[in-house]
Amino acid sequence: MSITRHRLFYPGVLLLVLLVSNVFFTPTFFNLRMQDGHLYGSLIDIVRNGAPLLIVAVGMTFVIATGGIDLSVGAVMAISGAVATHHIAGLSNQDSTAGVLTAVGMALGFCLLLGLWNGILVAVVGIQPIIATLILMVAGRGVAQWITDGQIITVNSPAYKLIGGGYKLALPFAIFLAIAVLVFAAVISRRSALGMLIESVGGNAEASRLAGIRSRGLILLAYVFSGFCAGLAGLMISSNVSSADANNTGLFYELDAILAVVIGGTALIGGRYFLVGTLVGALTIQTLTTTILTIGINPNATLLFKAFVVFVMCLIQSPAFRAKVFRRRQRPASPPAAPASKEQHVRVPA
Amino acid sequence: MFKKASLVAFASAAALLLAGCGDDSDDTASPGSSSAAGGGGGGSSEQITLGFAQVGAESGWRTANTDSIKKSAEEAGIELQFSDAQQKQENQIRAIRSFIQQKVDVIAFSPVIESGWDAVLNEAKRANIPVILTDRAVDSEDTSLYKTFLGSDFVLEGQKAGEWLKEEYADEAGPVNIVELQGTTGAAPAIDRQQGFADAIAGESKFKMIASQTGDFTRAGGKQVMEAFLQAHKDIDVLYAHNDDMGLGAIEAIEAAGLTPGEDIKIITVDAVKDGMQALADGKINFIVECNPLLGPQLMDAVKKVVAGEEIPPRIETEETTFTQEQAKAALPTRQY
Repeated sequence: MSITRHRLFYPGVLLLVLLVSNVFFTPTFFNLRMQDGHLYGSLIDIVRNGAPLLIVAVGMTFVIATGGIDLSVGAVMAISGAVATHHIAGLSNQDSTAGVLTAVGMALGFCLLLGLWNGILVAVVGIQPIIATLILMVAGRGVAQWITDGQIITVNSPAYKLIGGGYKLALPFAIFLAIAVLVFAAVISRRSALGMLIESVGGNAEASRLAGIRSRGLILLAYVFSGFCAGLAGLMISSNVSSADANNTGLFYELDAILAVVIGGTALIGGRYFLVGTLVGALTIQTLTTTILTIGINPNATLLFKAFVVFVMCLIQSPAFRAKVFRRRQRPASPPAAPASKEQHVRVPA
Repeated sequence: MFKKASLVAFASAAALLLAGCGDDSDDTASPGSSSAAGGGGGGSSEQITLGFAQVGAESGWRTANTDSIKKSAEEAGIELQFSDAQQKQENQIRAIRSFIQQKVDVIAFSPVIESGWDAVLNEAKRANIPVILTDRAVDSEDTSLYKTFLGSDFVLEGQKAGEWLKEEYADEAGPVNIVELQGTTGAAPAIDRQQGFADAIAGESKFKMIASQTGDFTRAGGKQVMEAFLQAHKDIDVLYAHNDDMGLGAIEAIEAAGLTPGEDIKIITVDAVKDGMQALADGKINFIVECNPLLGPQLMDAVKKVVAGEEIPPRIETEETTFTQEQAKAALPTRQY
């Protein structure tokens, strides 16, 4: 009973069900083997492809916790990849570590500024978050296209490739990055009062301000962090295929990120947030995508299938829905049970 | 007081500006709809204005296509209003509506997907603006909605891919397990390339299509889908990708699985963009069916004819070929895109 009450119980069960259901279609789904010095298998693919989503979702978690939303993450990802590959493509030696680090630094620095822009619009100018970040969502792709000149920039740089497509210690490097971001976010917000302050701002910004919390600065910080996370994820996706595609990198990523946060139990109205929940949410979404591909669902029905699974997830997570279904089951169960026992009592002597 | 005065000044300036815009559009409407609002300094009343709504820049192919259109418009002295829809139909519809409002002489566009164009094309028809489809078709029943469809025969491209495969495996008993990376679901090239390929290999039962999923014409999509294919199927012989970029992404997935692209898994793609041709010359791809993006000159030609009131055929095909690894090595140095 206490396990089922845990807020991560249902999301966790859903993730497990999704993973296990793959075994029926692909018996070797959980198999892992060494391949060219790194682990290879579906689970590794899921974690590696899910890493950028997790990072974006962690940033999004804080923004949502302050009662806001960041629609611009997809566009910021595109810009980040564009800035980095544009710089690397201009290097005489594309594989030079210094050059790649400069490119990564430039991209992340620019994304911090973009996050700051969002934060200023929301916290200082006071624009509704959904509108404020919509500006960058639309304009950002234009910026990315302007940087890449509308072309797909292809680079040939093993050093850059490491970020999203390389391996360290037999595991994808992207996993380490994702874990680092998650642990950093958890430690800095939960080992200090920062997390509580953010939740308080999300609960009621005005009351928090009156209580002496600098709401404005905290909201600003959340958007800056979200911009950084999106930038890092953009680098991973661009590095995974050694190219930057201004049009498609991070397209609709904001929706997946928001979904991951919500599946993890953080409410869109702000307030309490759950980083481990976001982890489960991000893994669930990536598992769903991989499941669709491994099972071989007809591409025409893919979106419908995805929508159906998300719908079921939301239903199961809704306490109101669960209460209704379980009560209905219990009510008919208990009244007939009593008459049945009475009948038995009657029958036994007869 | 001062504040009020400046406000009034601002308002009247704004009103003037607005009126100016209104006058402009009236001008274009009255003397025969071809005076092209703000004709870029050229100022000739004969200049044709072409509104072009591009799909986006999803691949090197599309970029070459865009460049060809821009360049040949300049050469032909046609003023080009260019709009990039970023793969979204609603953006493209919006762009076409704005072309109608701007009263351009001809509208040309590459539909993002096949369906859902009747309403906006009817608006163009009512405004008496001829429409030319480039490179992708629409599924409208009413063919009077557009003048011509200029572009590749995607079904034929798929057939060419299938024919090569049949020849390649002519002496082998099979079974030959094929996986397919489809383009964007619902897009004409994806539907037709799938069908043409399926038709070509239908006669021989040794060819088995064991998996087919969409990679959205992107490298990242192609890589992720191929990763899943490789996990789910241990015996893939052939990969057929609807464009080079998905094929290039898939090559990375195949290499990560410890297999050799081009040998362990034979790869057929469509398009022949530079990166794809390079991979073909390097032996990582086995066969590429060309899909020629340089249709700018043919488009400008058709635009001029339509404006002049000449009859043009309802279907104009672009010239296309195929490449083997040897041909790619020869063609690569002079490849434009």
